[in-house]
Amino acid sequence: MTKRRKKRQLGRSTAGNAAIYVFLAIAGAFMLLPLVYAVSNAFKPLDELFVFPPRFFVKNPTLDNFADLFTIMSQSWVPFSRYLFNTLFITVTGTIGCVIITSMGAYVIAKGNFPGRSLIFKIIVTSLMFSGYVTAIPNYLIMADLGWIDTYWAVIVPAMGMPMGLFLSKQFMEGIPDVLLEAAKIDGSSEWATFWNIIMPMSKPAWVTVIIFSVQGLWNAKASNFIFSEELKTLPYALQQIMNGGVARTGVASAVTVIMMIVPILTFVLSQSNVMETMASSGIKD
Amino acid sequence: MSKGFDTFRDMTRSKLKTTWRRMKKSKSQYLFLLPFLIIFAGFYIAPVAVSIFYSFTYYNIFQPPIYIGLRNYVNLFLADEVFLIALKNTFIIAAITGPIGYLASFVFAWLINELPKTLRTIAVVIFYAPTISGQVYLIWGIMFSGDAYGYVNAFLMNLGLIDSPVQWLTDPNYIMPVILLVILWMSLGSGFLAFIAGLQGLDRSQIEACYIDGCQNRWQELWYVVLPNMKPMLLFGAVMSITQSFGVADVTMALAGFPSTDYAAETVVTHLIDYGSVRFDMGYASAIATVLFMTMILCNKIVQSLLKKVGN
Repeated sequence: MTKRRKKRQLGRSTAGNAAIYVFLAIAGAFMLLPLVYAVSNAFKPLDELFVFPPRFFVKNPTLDNFADLFTIMSQSWVPFSRYLFNTLFITVTGTIGCVIITSMGAYVIAKGNFPGRSLIFKIIVTSLMFSGYVTAIPNYLIMADLGWIDTYWAVIVPAMGMPMGLFLSKQFMEGIPDVLLEAAKIDGSSEWATFWNIIMPMSKPAWVTVIIFSVQGLWNAKASNFIFSEELKTLPYALQQIMNGGVARTGVASAVTVIMMIVPILTFVLSQSNVMETMASSGIKD
Repeated sequence: MSKGFDTFRDMTRSKLKTTWRRMKKSKSQYLFLLPFLIIFAGFYIAPVAVSIFYSFTYYNIFQPPIYIGLRNYVNLFLADEVFLIALKNTFIIAAITGPIGYLASFVFAWLINELPKTLRTIAVVIFYAPTISGQVYLIWGIMFSGDAYGYVNAFLMNLGLIDSPVQWLTDPNYIMPVILLVILWMSLGSGFLAFIAGLQGLDRSQIEACYIDGCQNRWQELWYVVLPNMKPMLLFGAVMSITQSFGVADVTMALAGFPSTDYAAETVVTHLIDYGSVRFDMGYASAIATVLFMTMILCNKIVQSLLKKVGN
């Protein structure tokens, strides 16, 4: 503790520290205000939404906007629960597959010795740069060839091979001591048993992080270029249709935004210590 | 001569043989990688190759592609004025939000790292939240709405700075600044997390050693100890922020409309979407995708070589 205090004195002034706090507080307010505004708007009654001058915070909070949202939803010919099911199904299936498939690949790239290992990894690192838009059109053509257009698979299967997932897991798994794996091998453990009983439990922070990234991607997937049947469409797509309803839907649109942001933020808050542990080994060495 | 060639051939042959033997021995390892490899090759690598292939053709999905050589690329750069606007906008967005977002990620991470643990966790969540909360950026559309109910307009009118509402999202003079602001707001991506994590893993004794060896202040500590140790994370962050800043489209389409007034917010990606999903000119869209892809790879190479100089 004393050691720590001593260190703080090195090159660090009180004025400097105060300046840092003020700077962070201002920047933090800039980051946070739009989110607070969205939440506050979602609870505003109609007359407060269109008051001049507009108020930032809500005065008489109400759940009307959420109630309206459910009314609109129950009037659509595809029930709201169907959109929710579609998104849940895509998110859960895609994420489970993604964790298993990327972890398996990461394990042999991190700990295996097969020829071609480093070349494959180099290609994966390069692919971190592929923006989804670059591959969108050819992906459509490939999906059409496979007959996957208008099925969940067009969204789920590509997500299972998320390069970022393999990259982060591989970087993390490299830190697992080889001795453990050798000991398991001597005990006669098969490759799969080693992977499942040693690697997976030890790389929990890595796959929790993969879950976060995968959930973020799939929960927000509109999938409108692959899925055309109304009863297979996703929640973000349905919500966007509601938001496009114009000025009259301002309050409902805010309610939608709040619902959509809760899941990713909550998953991140709950798992942030695992995420941090994984990101510590995320560096790209040259 | 032929003897030399024979030895060379024997050598390659024996080398191939050992590699083959090693490959056969690691069969189970290939099986582990196989599911990933199939998906990765099919939906990440193949599309890039397919895209390059179609960029030399005229292809409208309904008829088989016709080879037209470089005509798509020639049209793109010489005949398509909107593409040049899109290219200019994309470069402006990338040149401003890329480096600023990247630097901000690092500076915020560096400062947040000094906070006590609970405060640090809260700060991380606050700074990262805009990036992960999906379409919440639509709220900026309400804040910058063009009538007097828009929060920004009302605020400025109250202060007496303007006397009639500004059409933030339809006036070509204001579209880009507003969009830059929104993109910056959500630009602290996974690079930011990597920086925080890297800073926490930093070896404290190295910093002490730096002061013993004559480091005078925080800047020297940063340059001589922190940055060199963070190089792998810096590289990862750079890759992430290049991908992000060149791929801007969702935000511009949601805020400025698609197409935007006078194409003031057209980016390479919205141009790509226009030709790919609206006009069904797949060959032309593929040429746009290929140009974007090559630009990103080139940019990444430049940034990588710059980062190699850090701390030297």
